[in-house]
Amino acid sequence: MEFLLASAIGCLTAAGVYLTLRKRSFAVVLGMTMLSYATNLFLFATGRLVIDRPPILSEAAQGYTDPLPQALVLTAIVISFGMTALVVMMALGAFVEGGDDRIDLPRRDRRGPRA
Amino acid sequence: MNHWLVVPVVLPAFVGPLIVLGMRRDLLLQRVFSTAATAAQLALAVWLMVQALGGEVQVYRLGNWAAPFGIVLMLDRLAALMLVLAALVGLAVQLYAIGSGWDRRGWHFHALWQFQLMGINGAFLTGDAFNLFVFFEILLIASYGLMIHSGGELRLRAGVQYVIYNLAGSSLFLAALGTIYSATGTLNMADLALRVAQMPASDTAILRVGAVLLMLVFAIKAALVPLHFWLPSTYARAPGPVAALFAIMTKVGIYGIIRFFTLVFPADSVIERFAADILLPAALVTLIVGQLGVLGSRHLGRMAAFAALGSVGTLMIAVAQFRLPGLTAGIWYLVHSTLATAALFLAVDLIATRRQGGSQWLRVAPPIAQAGIVAALFFAAAIGIAGLPPLSGFLGKLAVLQSVRDAEGVAVIWAIILITSLLAIAGLTRAGSLVFWKAHAAQDAPPPQAEPDEPPHDATPVSAPLALTATAALVAGMVLLTAFAGPVMRYADATARQLIDPEPYIEAVLRNQEGVK
Repeated sequence: MEFLLASAIGCLTAAGVYLTLRKRSFAVVLGMTMLSYATNLFLFATGRLVIDRPPILSEAAQGYTDPLPQALVLTAIVISFGMTALVVMMALGAFVEGGDDRIDLPRRDRRGPRA
Repeated sequence: MNHWLVVPVVLPAFVGPLIVLGMRRDLLLQRVFSTAATAAQLALAVWLMVQALGGEVQVYRLGNWAAPFGIVLMLDRLAALMLVLAALVGLAVQLYAIGSGWDRRGWHFHALWQFQLMGINGAFLTGDAFNLFVFFEILLIASYGLMIHSGGELRLRAGVQYVIYNLAGSSLFLAALGTIYSATGTLNMADLALRVAQMPASDTAILRVGAVLLMLVFAIKAALVPLHFWLPSTYARAPGPVAALFAIMTKVGIYGIIRFFTLVFPADSVIERFAADILLPAALVTLIVGQLGVLGSRHLGRMAAFAALGSVGTLMIAVAQFRLPGLTAGIWYLVHSTLATAALFLAVDLIATRRQGGSQWLRVAPPIAQAGIVAALFFAAAIGIAGLPPLSGFLGKLAVLQSVRDAEGVAVIWAIILITSLLAIAGLTRAGSLVFWKAHAAQDAPPPQAEPDEPPHDATPVSAPLALTATAALVAGMVLLTAFAGPVMRYADATARQLIDPEPYIEAVLRNQEGVK
């Protein structure tokens, strides 16, 4: 199970990094989503992988799983979801104003408009 | 418990939504409420600083839960100083935004401003690493909104880059926190400090990875080379007052480095002097890149952005010593460089709003209105950021030079600081003479027909006395910092002493927990 989860996180991260380095904003947004999935899975795994245990202390159960990473992941999911929505809106805004969805700044950002 | 500790977070958290929900269409009301809230934060921050003067570390347990389990807010000298600085810059720059009419050019400026201050105040106050992440996100979300305030193609494009860079940084932050949690089982900063100190040396591989990841995260926020690529375009393309407020944002990253690498991972713990060994070369390269950028920019905003980068480099050289004189000099320079960077951005914006089409390009253009007073403010801000006497930057640079006297390779460090200062002076002089003096030669020439940098908006009130006063207030801050250099330096020294002896901090959080749940 550890191997499965670790390789899944690794694949997601690799795909995320590759897509984030593309130059069109659509691919970059997808890449950021994958990166945040990978991070969330990783964060979830930091409490150790346990099966069939409740996240609270209970006399009936044989043990418990660490509830804190689950709470952290919930916060992280909410934040990354909101951020993804925001970056999509901003990328759309740049697309509408600029006419293309390239992620790099055009030359006139550094050189200025021709006087 | 002193309930005033939570007010710097709660007050803007209430005023922000109030502005969005209750006074969306009434700009005057927004201005009144938002300015009053920022002024109240300044008064509160000063009062908290007076309480922190004696050296007592105050703890506020949210919901009165016991320490490693509940979230705590902490007030020590460093946190109090940062609160005062944030509120001071926040208030001055907000008055500038009102005076120059920037807050009219888009929606929700004042609400976002309050959320931004809430995130900054929270980041300085919190004593919990995950809570620090949450406050980072709050201040970042607000900064995304402020960054693209009033729109425009290049601003949106630069904004997308800024958001994506910081999203990657946030993922890294989470990964760092996860790594540290899996190694120690806690995220309370004081508790972390205890457990890291007790950890057997053979078992620290994961922890060291976490520490370095965390350093990378803070280095992204502080814009240390080679993680600085987001800064120049963001600062150059952000609205002038927003760029001035962002002067405090890089300092949040510096604050994180100071806090974590004195409290949790001090030089005698698991990572030894690894942090210092990496940060010092990075700081030197940051300084070189920043000051070269000042000399090489063709755009006023970009020049100010590179000047900000250079000041972060100088600051980090002092902080990377992680010893008493270095931290003292660093804290002093932190106060100075925040004021100087904010003043420079406002001076640049004063020029841009008076030029045709809001142009910030370093090209000869007809003379601007009120050239005398704007030139004086630009001159003062440039002297401040370059570190020339008589303003506080000179004392700051002296203190930084003094603090590295015992370091290895002191000759190289001194040479880099002094030579790059010369580069910055040359760059700033060229910009000033081109904008203010060569303009007279171009007086009769027809104005160049360039496409405007700013999207069209209502004509700015050109005289704008409030905007000039707000910029002058930041310059006056540097003058006061020079005049009261003695007391401020003593405070910085006391702060540094508190930082290198974290025992009372840990004591305050984890012991004396009567009456908690």
